[in-house]
Amino acid sequence: MRASPPASPPPNLPPGAFTRAGFRRGARAALGLTLGLAPFGLVVGMAADARGLSLLETLLMSGLVFAGTSQLVALELWSDPAPILAATLAALVINLRMAPMGAALAPALDRLSGLRLWGTLAVLVDNSFALMVTEIRSGRRDAAFLLGASIAMWVVWIATTLAGHLFGAAVRLPPGHPVFFASVAALMSILVPLWRGRSDLLPWCVAGLLALGAQALGLGAPWPVLAGALGGAAAGAARDRRRDGAREAGRP
Amino acid sequence: MTLRWDVLAAILGMVAATFLCRAGGYAILRVTRPPPFIQAMLQHLPGAIFVAFLAPALAREGWPACVAGGAALLVQARLGRMALSILTGVAVLWIIRSLQ
Repeated sequence: MRASPPASPPPNLPPGAFTRAGFRRGARAALGLTLGLAPFGLVVGMAADARGLSLLETLLMSGLVFAGTSQLVALELWSDPAPILAATLAALVINLRMAPMGAALAPALDRLSGLRLWGTLAVLVDNSFALMVTEIRSGRRDAAFLLGASIAMWVVWIATTLAGHLFGAAVRLPPGHPVFFASVAALMSILVPLWRGRSDLLPWCVAGLLALGAQALGLGAPWPVLAGALGGAAAGAARDRRRDGAREAGRP
Repeated sequence: MTLRWDVLAAILGMVAATFLCRAGGYAILRVTRPPPFIQAMLQHLPGAIFVAFLAPALAREGWPACVAGGAALLVQARLGRMALSILTGVAVLWIIRSLQ
C-alpha cells in the first residue's frame, strides 16, 4: 500500500531486501507459467528464421528485447535492410503497457537502487509482474523474487526461440494452432491469484468493456490494453475514494 | 553466424524502446510523489491490465477460446496449479476445434 506506507518494513525483511532465497522462490513460482511462454517462443524463433535472421541475430533479439509480442510485430514488418525506425517504434508502442506495471511494483522497488533496481526492471515481463504483485499483497517485498521469476522466464524464452529457429521449418505449425493458446491460458490462470474479491468486480468489468470497445473502434495494440487498464483502474480508484470519503464523513 | 549492422541497430533500437517502457513508469513515480488518486489507481492496475489484454484476445478468437479460457480459470481456481491450468486450456480448445 503506497498510499499509507508502514512505519517500518515488514518484520521478516530488512529494508531493501534482495535475497538469494527470494530469487530461488521466484524462479520456482514461475516454472509452471513458462509453459505458457514456450509456444510463443517457438513462434518468434520460426518467424525470425522465416525473415532471414541468423541464429545469432535471433538470440540477440530474444535475449535483449525479451518481449514477445513486440518481437513478433517487428518481425511482421521486417525488411532488408532492417527497419530500424519501424522496429523501434513498434517496440515502444506495444510495450507501453509495461510502464504502469513498473509503477505498480513500487512497494517492492522503492528500497532498491543502482543495478539491482534497473536490472530487475530491465527484465520485467507480464507473468513475473503478476507473480510479484501477489507476493507484495501477501506482505513480502523481496524484489529478488521478481528477478528470479523474470530470469526463469528468460531462460525458457531463449531456449524456445532457439528451438523455433533451428527446427521451425521442420515443424511448421499453422498460425491458429491450439498450442498457441497457451499464452492466453497462462494469463487466464494468472487472474486467479490477482483476484482479491468482490471489490475487484467493478474495475475488472470496466477494464474488459473499455478494451472491447477500443478494439471494436478498430484501434490496434496497445490502445485496447491501455484504455482498459487505465479506465478500469480509474473506476476502481474513484469508487474507493468515494467510499473512503463517505466513511470519513460518517465518523462522529 | 552472421551479424549485420542494420539488424543489430534495429535490435538495439527495440532494446532501448522496451527498457524505456519497463523502467519509465517507475522512474517517473520515483521522482514525483503521485496524487492520491493515482496511488489508488496503482492498487487496481494489475488485474485491470490482464483483463484488458484478455477480453479482446478472447473476443477475437470466438466462443471456443472463451470456453477454453474458462476451463483454464476453473482449474487454477480449484487446483492452483498453473501448468495444469495452461494444459487444460490448450487441450479444451484443441478438442473443440477438432470436433468442429
